[in-house]
Amino acid sequence: MTLRISADHVAKILEQSRVEYPDECCGVILGPEGSDKAVELKPMINAAHSPTFYEFDSKDLLALYRELDDKSQEIVVVYHSHTETEAYPSRTDIAYASEPNAHYVLVSTRKEIAPESEFRSYRIIDGVVTEETVEILSV
Amino acid sequence: MSSPEIQVRIPTILRPYTNSEKVVTAEANNLGELITALNVKYVGLGERLLENNELRRFINIYINDEDVRFMGSLAATLKAGDSVTILPAVAGGCK
Repeated sequence: MTLRISADHVAKILEQSRVEYPDECCGVILGPEGSDKAVELKPMINAAHSPTFYEFDSKDLLALYRELDDKSQEIVVVYHSHTETEAYPSRTDIAYASEPNAHYVLVSTRKEIAPESEFRSYRIIDGVVTEETVEILSV
Repeated sequence: MSSPEIQVRIPTILRPYTNSEKVVTAEANNLGELITALNVKYVGLGERLLENNELRRFINIYINDEDVRFMGSLAATLKAGDSVTILPAVAGGCK
Protein backbone atom coordinates (compact mmCIF):
# COMPACT_ATOMS: atom_id res chain seq x y z
CA MET A 1 0.00 0.00 0.00
CA THR A 2 1.25 3.45 -0.90
CA LEU A 3 -0.15 6.93 -0.55
CA ARG A 4 0.73 9.09 -3.56
CA ILE A 5 0.48 12.75 -2.69
CA SER A 6 1.72 15.98 -4.24
CA ALA A 7 4.56 17.92 -2.63
CA ASP A 8 2.23 20.93 -2.60
CA HIS A 9 -0.39 19.08 -0.52
CA VAL A 10 2.28 17.88 1.91
CA ALA A 11 3.60 21.44 2.31
CA LYS A 12 0.08 22.83 2.85
CA ILE A 13 -0.82 20.24 5.48
CA LEU A 14 2.42 20.87 7.39
CA GLU A 15 1.84 24.62 7.15
CA GLN A 16 -1.72 24.24 8.48
CA SER A 17 -0.45 22.14 11.40
CA ARG A 18 1.98 24.93 12.34
CA VAL A 19 -0.57 27.72 11.95
CA GLU A 20 -3.18 25.94 14.10
CA TYR A 21 -0.68 24.84 16.75
CA PRO A 22 -1.23 24.34 19.72
CA ASP A 23 -4.55 22.90 18.52
CA GLU A 24 -4.72 19.81 16.37
CA CYS A 25 -5.50 20.61 12.75
CA CYS A 26 -7.54 18.41 10.42
CA GLY A 27 -8.84 18.08 6.89
CA VAL A 28 -9.36 15.82 3.90
CA ILE A 29 -8.15 15.34 0.38
CA LEU A 30 -10.86 14.41 -2.09
CA GLY A 31 -10.58 12.52 -5.34
CA PRO A 32 -12.81 10.87 -7.95
CA GLU A 33 -14.75 7.87 -6.57
CA GLY A 34 -12.74 4.68 -6.79
CA SER A 35 -9.63 6.42 -8.16
CA ASP A 36 -7.52 6.51 -4.98
CA LYS A 37 -6.16 9.82 -6.35
CA ALA A 38 -5.67 12.64 -3.83
CA VAL A 39 -6.71 15.68 -5.84
CA GLU A 40 -8.50 18.37 -3.87
CA LEU A 41 -7.21 19.51 -0.49
CA LYS A 42 -9.92 20.70 1.92
CA PRO A 43 -8.74 21.97 5.30
CA MET A 44 -11.52 21.54 7.89
CA ILE A 45 -12.22 23.41 11.10
CA ASN A 46 -11.40 21.46 14.24
CA ALA A 47 -14.69 21.99 16.08
CA ALA A 48 -13.07 20.70 19.29
CA HIS A 49 -10.41 23.49 19.19
CA SER A 50 -8.19 21.27 21.28
CA PRO A 51 -4.51 20.28 21.48
CA THR A 52 -5.52 16.66 22.14
CA PHE A 53 -8.66 16.11 20.06
CA TYR A 54 -10.14 16.92 16.68
CA GLU A 55 -13.62 16.60 15.30
CA PHE A 56 -15.21 17.95 12.14
CA ASP A 57 -18.16 20.24 12.85
CA SER A 58 -21.41 18.34 12.34
CA LYS A 59 -22.78 20.81 9.74
CA ASP A 60 -19.45 20.89 7.87
CA LEU A 61 -19.48 17.08 7.82
CA LEU A 62 -22.91 16.94 6.20
CA ALA A 63 -21.94 19.63 3.68
CA LEU A 64 -18.77 17.70 2.84
CA TYR A 65 -20.63 14.45 2.17
CA ARG A 66 -23.29 16.27 0.11
CA GLU A 67 -20.47 17.74 -1.99
CA LEU A 68 -18.91 14.30 -2.43
CA ASP A 69 -22.23 12.94 -3.65
CA ASP A 70 -22.78 15.84 -6.06
CA LYS A 71 -19.31 15.53 -7.58
CA SER A 72 -19.01 11.70 -7.44
CA GLN A 73 -15.96 12.11 -5.25
CA GLU A 74 -14.76 10.31 -2.17
CA ILE A 75 -12.48 11.03 0.76
CA VAL A 76 -9.07 9.72 -0.28
CA VAL A 77 -7.12 11.13 2.67
CA VAL A 78 -8.19 12.09 6.20
CA TYR A 79 -5.41 14.01 7.92
CA HIS A 80 -4.80 15.51 11.34
CA SER A 81 -1.92 16.65 13.46
CA HIS A 82 -0.64 15.48 16.81
CA THR A 83 0.83 18.40 18.66
CA GLU A 84 3.27 16.80 21.09
CA THR A 85 3.26 13.11 20.27
CA GLU A 86 4.35 10.77 17.52
CA ALA A 87 2.55 10.80 14.17
CA TYR A 88 1.03 7.40 14.90
CA PRO A 89 -2.70 6.63 15.33
CA SER A 90 -3.81 6.84 18.95
CA ARG A 91 -6.43 4.60 20.49
CA THR A 92 -8.95 7.36 19.86
CA ASP A 93 -7.92 7.63 16.22
CA ILE A 94 -8.35 3.90 15.76
CA ALA A 95 -11.70 3.80 17.57
CA TYR A 96 -13.21 6.53 15.38
CA ALA A 97 -11.64 5.65 12.04
CA SER A 98 -14.69 5.09 9.87
CA GLU A 99 -13.53 5.32 6.27
CA PRO A 100 -12.16 1.91 5.33
CA ASN A 101 -11.07 3.21 1.92
CA ALA A 102 -9.18 6.26 3.18
CA HIS A 103 -5.52 6.87 3.85
CA TYR A 104 -5.16 8.25 7.39
CA VAL A 105 -2.34 10.79 7.39
CA LEU A 106 -0.80 11.98 10.63
CA VAL A 107 1.67 14.79 11.02
CA SER A 108 3.37 15.83 14.21
CA THR A 109 4.37 19.26 15.32
CA ARG A 110 6.30 18.03 18.38
CA LYS A 111 9.16 20.38 19.08
CA GLU A 112 11.97 17.90 19.50
CA ILE A 113 11.83 17.05 15.81
CA ALA A 114 10.85 20.48 14.42
CA PRO A 115 11.46 21.82 11.82
CA GLU A 116 11.73 18.28 10.41
CA SER A 117 8.07 17.30 10.51
CA GLU A 118 6.76 13.79 10.58
CA PHE A 119 4.34 12.95 7.78
CA ARG A 120 3.08 9.36 7.86
CA SER A 121 0.17 7.45 6.38
CA TYR A 122 -1.89 4.48 7.55
CA ARG A 123 -4.83 2.29 6.72
CA ILE A 124 -7.14 1.78 9.68
CA ILE A 125 -9.65 -1.02 9.10
CA ASP A 126 -11.64 -2.79 11.81
CA GLY A 127 -9.23 -1.52 14.46
CA VAL A 128 -6.13 -2.72 12.63
CA VAL A 129 -3.46 -0.13 11.77
CA THR A 130 -1.16 -0.72 8.82
CA GLU A 131 1.48 1.88 8.03
CA GLU A 132 2.07 2.45 4.33
CA THR A 133 4.76 4.18 2.30
CA VAL A 134 4.28 7.79 1.22
CA GLU A 135 5.33 8.71 -2.29
CA ILE A 136 5.64 12.47 -2.72
CA LEU A 137 5.01 13.59 -6.27
CA SER A 138 6.72 16.73 -7.53
CA VAL A 139 3.83 17.72 -9.83
CA MET B 1 -52.68 4.97 10.50
CA SER B 2 -49.53 3.81 8.80
CA SER B 3 -46.18 5.49 9.33
CA PRO B 4 -44.49 7.43 6.54
CA GLU B 5 -41.75 5.74 4.55
CA ILE B 6 -38.41 7.43 5.18
CA GLN B 7 -35.36 7.29 2.97
CA VAL B 8 -32.11 6.67 4.87
CA ARG B 9 -28.57 7.18 3.54
CA ILE B 10 -26.10 4.64 4.90
CA PRO B 11 -22.37 5.43 5.22
CA THR B 12 -19.75 3.08 3.71
CA ILE B 13 -18.75 1.62 7.05
CA LEU B 14 -22.31 0.47 7.83
CA ARG B 15 -23.12 -0.94 4.39
CA PRO B 16 -22.05 -4.45 5.36
CA TYR B 17 -25.32 -4.44 7.36
CA THR B 18 -27.46 -3.34 4.40
CA ASN B 19 -26.23 -5.73 1.70
CA SER B 20 -24.08 -2.83 0.41
CA GLU B 21 -27.15 -0.64 -0.19
CA LYS B 22 -26.37 3.09 0.00
CA VAL B 23 -29.99 4.12 0.47
CA VAL B 24 -32.60 2.09 2.31
CA THR B 25 -36.14 2.81 3.49
CA ALA B 26 -38.11 2.13 6.64
CA GLU B 27 -41.44 3.31 8.07
CA ALA B 28 -41.43 5.40 11.22
CA ASN B 29 -42.92 8.45 12.94
CA ASN B 30 -39.76 9.41 14.80
CA LEU B 31 -36.06 8.64 14.83
CA GLY B 32 -36.27 6.06 17.61
CA GLU B 33 -38.90 4.10 15.67
CA LEU B 34 -36.83 4.41 12.53
CA ILE B 35 -33.78 2.85 14.16
CA THR B 36 -35.92 0.04 15.56
CA ALA B 37 -37.43 -0.58 12.12
CA LEU B 38 -34.00 -0.51 10.47
CA ASN B 39 -32.66 -2.98 12.99
CA VAL B 40 -35.46 -5.42 12.13
CA LYS B 41 -34.55 -5.30 8.44
CA TYR B 42 -30.78 -5.04 8.94
CA VAL B 43 -29.94 -6.93 12.08
CA GLY B 44 -27.10 -5.37 14.07
CA LEU B 45 -27.36 -1.91 12.51
CA GLY B 46 -29.23 -0.51 15.53
CA GLU B 47 -26.41 -1.42 17.86
CA ARG B 48 -23.98 0.59 15.75
CA LEU B 49 -26.16 3.68 16.19
CA LEU B 50 -27.27 3.36 19.83
CA GLU B 51 -25.63 2.76 23.15
CA ASN B 52 -27.80 2.41 26.28
CA ASN B 53 -30.76 3.61 24.22
CA GLU B 54 -29.03 6.90 23.37
CA LEU B 55 -27.46 7.97 20.11
CA ARG B 56 -23.78 7.11 20.08
CA ARG B 57 -21.63 10.19 20.60
CA PHE B 58 -19.65 9.72 17.39
CA ILE B 59 -22.54 8.95 15.09
CA ASN B 60 -24.21 11.95 13.47
CA ILE B 61 -27.74 11.60 12.16
CA TYR B 62 -29.47 14.30 10.18
CA ILE B 63 -33.09 14.76 9.21
CA ASN B 64 -32.90 16.62 5.92
CA ASP B 65 -30.23 19.25 6.77
CA GLU B 66 -30.56 19.32 10.54
CA ASP B 67 -28.52 17.41 13.12
CA VAL B 68 -31.06 15.42 15.17
CA ARG B 69 -29.31 16.48 18.39
CA PHE B 70 -30.99 19.85 17.89
CA MET B 71 -34.37 18.22 17.16
CA GLY B 72 -34.87 16.03 20.21
CA SER B 73 -32.56 13.16 19.19
CA LEU B 74 -34.51 9.88 19.21
CA ALA B 75 -37.81 11.76 19.71
CA ALA B 76 -37.25 13.85 16.55
CA THR B 77 -40.38 13.48 14.44
CA LEU B 78 -40.42 12.25 10.88
CA LYS B 79 -42.94 13.01 8.18
CA ALA B 80 -43.50 11.82 4.63
CA GLY B 81 -40.76 13.02 2.31
CA ASP B 82 -38.10 13.41 5.03
CA SER B 83 -34.69 12.07 4.26
CA VAL B 84 -32.31 10.81 6.94
CA THR B 85 -28.51 10.76 6.60
CA ILE B 86 -26.24 8.78 8.91
CA LEU B 87 -22.59 9.86 9.07
CA PRO B 88 -19.91 8.68 11.46
CA ALA B 89 -18.04 11.61 12.99
CA VAL B 90 -14.59 12.31 11.62
CA ALA B 91 -12.71 12.61 14.88
CA GLY B 92 -9.68 11.50 16.81
CA GLY B 93 -6.79 12.90 18.75
CA CYS B 94 -3.53 12.14 20.45
CA LYS B 95 -4.95 10.61 23.66
